[in-house]
Amino acid sequence: MKEYPTHTISIYITNNPGGLMRMCQIFSRRGFNIDSLVASPAMDGRFSRVTIAAKGAAESLKQIILQLEKLVDVMHCIEHKNSEAIVREMVLIKVLANSANRGEILQITKHFGGKTVDFTDNSLVIECSGASSKLDAMIDLLENYEIVEMVRSGQMLVARGDQPT
Amino acid sequence: MNAAEAVIKCLEKHGVEYIFGYSGGAAIPFFDALVTTNTKIEFILVRHEQGATHMADGYARSTGKPGVVLVTSGPGATNTITGLITAQMDSVPMIVITGQTISPMLGKDAFQEADVFGISLPVVKHSYLVRSHEDMTRTVNEAFYIATTGRPGPVIIDVPKDISSTEGVFDLDAKMDLPGYKVPGHGDKGEIETIAKAFKKSRKPLLLIGHGCVLSEAEEEVRQLAEKLNAPVVTTLLGKGAISEKHDLSLGMLGMHGTAYANFAVKDCDLICSIGSRWDDRIVGKLEEFCAEAVKIHIDIDASEYGKMIVPDYWCAGDARLIIEELLLHIKRCDSQAWVDQVKGWRTDFPLKYDNIEGGLTMQEVLAELDKQSDSEAIIATDVGQHQMWCAQFCKSTQGKNWLSSGGAGTMGFGFPAAIGAQFGRPNDLVVSVSGDGGFQMTLCELATAAINKLPVKILVLNNSYLGMVRQWQELFFDERLSGVDMEGNPDFVKLAESYGVKAFRMETSDDVAKVWKEALAYNEGPCLIEAVCNKTDNVYPMIPAGANYDKMLLEAPTVKLEKPTGST
Repeated sequence: MKEYPTHTISIYITNNPGGLMRMCQIFSRRGFNIDSLVASPAMDGRFSRVTIAAKGAAESLKQIILQLEKLVDVMHCIEHKNSEAIVREMVLIKVLANSANRGEILQITKHFGGKTVDFTDNSLVIECSGASSKLDAMIDLLENYEIVEMVRSGQMLVARGDQPT
Repeated sequence: MNAAEAVIKCLEKHGVEYIFGYSGGAAIPFFDALVTTNTKIEFILVRHEQGATHMADGYARSTGKPGVVLVTSGPGATNTITGLITAQMDSVPMIVITGQTISPMLGKDAFQEADVFGISLPVVKHSYLVRSHEDMTRTVNEAFYIATTGRPGPVIIDVPKDISSTEGVFDLDAKMDLPGYKVPGHGDKGEIETIAKAFKKSRKPLLLIGHGCVLSEAEEEVRQLAEKLNAPVVTTLLGKGAISEKHDLSLGMLGMHGTAYANFAVKDCDLICSIGSRWDDRIVGKLEEFCAEAVKIHIDIDASEYGKMIVPDYWCAGDARLIIEELLLHIKRCDSQAWVDQVKGWRTDFPLKYDNIEGGLTMQEVLAELDKQSDSEAIIATDVGQHQMWCAQFCKSTQGKNWLSSGGAGTMGFGFPAAIGAQFGRPNDLVVSVSGDGGFQMTLCELATAAINKLPVKILVLNNSYLGMVRQWQELFFDERLSGVDMEGNPDFVKLAESYGVKAFRMETSDDVAKVWKEALAYNEGPCLIEAVCNKTDNVYPMIPAGANYDKMLLEAPTVKLEKPTGST
């Protein structure tokens, strides 16, 4: 199967019930797989900020953006290239740790700028944020130990400088 | 006043004349409000909710005003889905109000509960589940605005019974709150000037006129544009009548079953300008070969149509009529007389024709006679299939709002109820429903609706005892393996109509055609049904197999085996 690039799209939408469903439908109808979706109220509570990361062909994506723009609720919709936006993701990882390997795990955490948010005799919960690729790298290393649970937030972004998000 | 009464008052304010619908428990407050408000709006009780939506659709297409539907919750609401997608695909303004179970029972599988908001999402322009009676009038005002502006479409309003029953003070002029909704109007002047420049270089220009020109009432502007440019005009199925098909420059319908001369023109033009059409797959065939050498221009109100099928050289978003008005200021006559003459030659050399191999009655002659006796002035509503294509070929349309056909969704059962809706909207005009024996049986229960309202609608049932278009495909592309197409079990349509108290006629031979039409067209005391018993195995030509390029057009039955088409159905 052809591997498509991931696109990161920000959508500014009125905060009405059903808005997310309408947006997701536009992706699914065109065979896009949504990798992650982050939605939360914007500064102005009448609106929401949504960041969607999805894989698919660039030509279809153009169509998707136009279709999203057409939705009655959508104020605007922008695809952001990584260089034009600050893109971040957060992860919480629960990893088994004992006195023998705890030091190594903490060292990895420190290297990636993560922090420990729970500490017990046999486990640690690590919180880390940054570019998704950085989180992937940290997870790769921690997989040498036993990861019990992991939750990723999905990508969120804000455009740089004067550009709107 | 309760919220249901406020809704009825709002509908009055929006100029609603008719509501098509079917009652039920969750919608009772609305039906009660029809009585308590003493409204002048007439409620038309149908026999199936699908019929109500097609009636509203036919009313909207033939009048330009939005159609309104009122049904109950659960199955009442789900029965509207076919009508909603039909309207959505063809950009028809429609408001569907559905009753819903009471708010505290939402999501608890209450009696006749269905998640109408969720179910309808992909088939509407917009949808509402009203959460508070305070939102009621604003919602109705927004629904009308959304349904009728920009690219029109259906809007659904789902109202829980406790909300519609709530007493309150209602502002019928409640202000809309639609900050994200954009309505394109005038196109960008620079883009229009660029398009005008592209015309200047063209020697073989062609206008492709779609439903958007009908919706924006641009008939006069289309005619002026064609004449000023000296450009032939082809129309889509739904663009029929956007320029009179009796006009010298009109070539009729293009595409899969379009006229040969329209299709030759598409194949040979050096510039094609689509106005209000979405380059449907029935038109473009093989995408990469469609007008490969020609300059392509796309004018459409919906920016998401840009590049969806065809990537145009020039593009302008906005209302068809407003853009043509502006374009008319910048264009000049093209050096295209040789081209126009060439196209006229094709029209003489390759006219629409039909053979009568079986020797019985052909659908084409029945339709050609209707066209003749009605002087091409009838409002015609069709179903989907062979009869629809022959009707498009042989019944000329002189006005955009006179041709009502389910194009995008291809909905069988559409024609008859749509004709009823049109007859309500335009009571003094001749309205003819044209169906096959298959489609008619999907909504024939509306014979009762037509009969009790004494509508003088003519109901033509072209009966070949087959689902003819599928049979045609199976014959041509599936080695004549007929499957699921024999309509054995058809009723006696004349007796059926008579059992509803509807006058009925039957045509069986060519000799009957003119005589029966004369009698049927003169009958105005109520509906009448005309059953035409036609040849069973006639096929529609010209034909471009789905997904093929224009070189593959068949002018008559092929003598060699054809490959299976690659395009959509």
